[in-house]
Amino acid sequence: MSTFHTEEMTLNMGPQHPSTHGVLRFVVRADGEVMREAVPDVGYLHRSIEKIAEKVGYHGFMPYTDRVDYVCAMFTNQGWGMASERLAGIEVPKRGEYCRVIAAEFNRIASHLISVGTMSMDIGAMTPFTHAIREREMINDLIEELCGARLTFNYMRIGGVAWDLPPGWREKALAYLDHFDPILEEYNSLISFNKIYIERLANVGVVTPQEAINYNLVGPNLRACGIKWDIRKDLPYSVYPEFDFDVPVGSGEWGTLGDSMDRYMVRIREMHESSKILRQALKQIPAGPVLAKVPRNFKPPKGECQVRIESGRGDMGWYVVSDGTGYPWRVHVRTGSFAAMGIIQKLSRGLMIADLVTLIASLDVIAPEIDR
Amino acid sequence: MEPLAIYQRIKERFGDRVLEISESKPDPFCVIDPAAIVEVAIALRDDPETAMDCLSNESGVDYKDRIEVVYHLFSYQLRHGAVLKVQLSRENPVVHTLEGVWKSANWMEREIFDLLGVSFEGHSDLRRILMPEDWPGHPLRKDFVEPLEYHGISTVRESPIIRLDPKRK
Repeated sequence: MSTFHTEEMTLNMGPQHPSTHGVLRFVVRADGEVMREAVPDVGYLHRSIEKIAEKVGYHGFMPYTDRVDYVCAMFTNQGWGMASERLAGIEVPKRGEYCRVIAAEFNRIASHLISVGTMSMDIGAMTPFTHAIREREMINDLIEELCGARLTFNYMRIGGVAWDLPPGWREKALAYLDHFDPILEEYNSLISFNKIYIERLANVGVVTPQEAINYNLVGPNLRACGIKWDIRKDLPYSVYPEFDFDVPVGSGEWGTLGDSMDRYMVRIREMHESSKILRQALKQIPAGPVLAKVPRNFKPPKGECQVRIESGRGDMGWYVVSDGTGYPWRVHVRTGSFAAMGIIQKLSRGLMIADLVTLIASLDVIAPEIDR
Repeated sequence: MEPLAIYQRIKERFGDRVLEISESKPDPFCVIDPAAIVEVAIALRDDPETAMDCLSNESGVDYKDRIEVVYHLFSYQLRHGAVLKVQLSRENPVVHTLEGVWKSANWMEREIFDLLGVSFEGHSDLRRILMPEDWPGHPLRKDFVEPLEYHGISTVRESPIIRLDPKRK
């Protein structure tokens, strides 16, 4: 009897592939349905944003930061604003900080909705995606009223925000939150506790806490491994210390701690927490100016700083070097997706090809954020 | 621990291999001899007083007369951070990789290699990451000049206003 032979095959996945969330490419080495390794190939969306920063000056760079991560552009705005303010020692007025937090938390909900919606679609459930997008549209409407844009907001400025909340906006925002909280329950009964869904996600792509820190995973991906770490709580910035909210962490109750289901559930629970923060912020917002006096010819003194904020995809680090002129000498953004992509090659070993899609979706990788 | 206290601690242990402790504002930093960076990194990671378990950021800066590689370390256990730097020559920038100390260095070093041309000794997979493999030069260097075309694709575009207006040709 002859022995049974298998042969390794090399598959190309992407850059145009519906489940890769942008233009990502993987070279998959597989034996049948089981992957030996998936090697990511990134760079298709490289727009040299860091180089552009060196040519356009501090104020001029703000709209470009939207493009670093267009799914949660408020955070990239805020990161750049905070880095510039830290270099120049500018204090943002209290109401400005509140406006930032309100805009950012709405954006976090929108970003997580995209994440969980596309995740369920990647796995094969079409309906939850339309539900998530419907809710996100309403947030987009609110943000459009706030800053005139639905995707690349350009809402924040160095020293605060561009516009105050429009009249009547607060009531609309609160009405939306009243509508949104029950929707999350609906979402849970529709997909989160669906048996097929749980079986597709549980025990897939398990990351241990040590690995997560060693590979520098951040945000929901890190918290899903059971590490209670949120920049908003642990290295507080802006007005976050004034709010009462929890940091959801993975529990491993559906499978193993740090699997794809944990990452999914952390995002669902974070939307609840964001809604809690928003209610408090909308209630407590003080009166006053929203923008500090910042010279138009903005020249921070020589120096360098790193600012870390908690974006929708986790800890986003802005490293800015100033040489005392009106143009930054060097800007570097370390984003959550970049770190998450680095671990995919390792996690993919031994997974099924269909689970690679789950893995990418559960890490919430956004291509423009990797390539910048 | 405050960053400056951490730098003093490295200084006590490594002496003159710590080249400079700068109290620059807002973030102070510490310049290390490139030959000693791996030892210093391992010491910072394994010392229970510093316990730097995470390399949170690694980036390169071209200062025209030198290239610096900047390491932002962070400790999740003790909640403090430190900034280390190494200074390399622009002609032949080589430093040993920190991949063996923190895994996250792998991709960040590939990016620095790609955009600034710093070579990392002992790196397991030193390939270009963002730019195409046959791209000439390293774009984040200050003297980089963009080539006019790439495989016959023009990298510059004439303004349509000039094209439509014959007087401005």
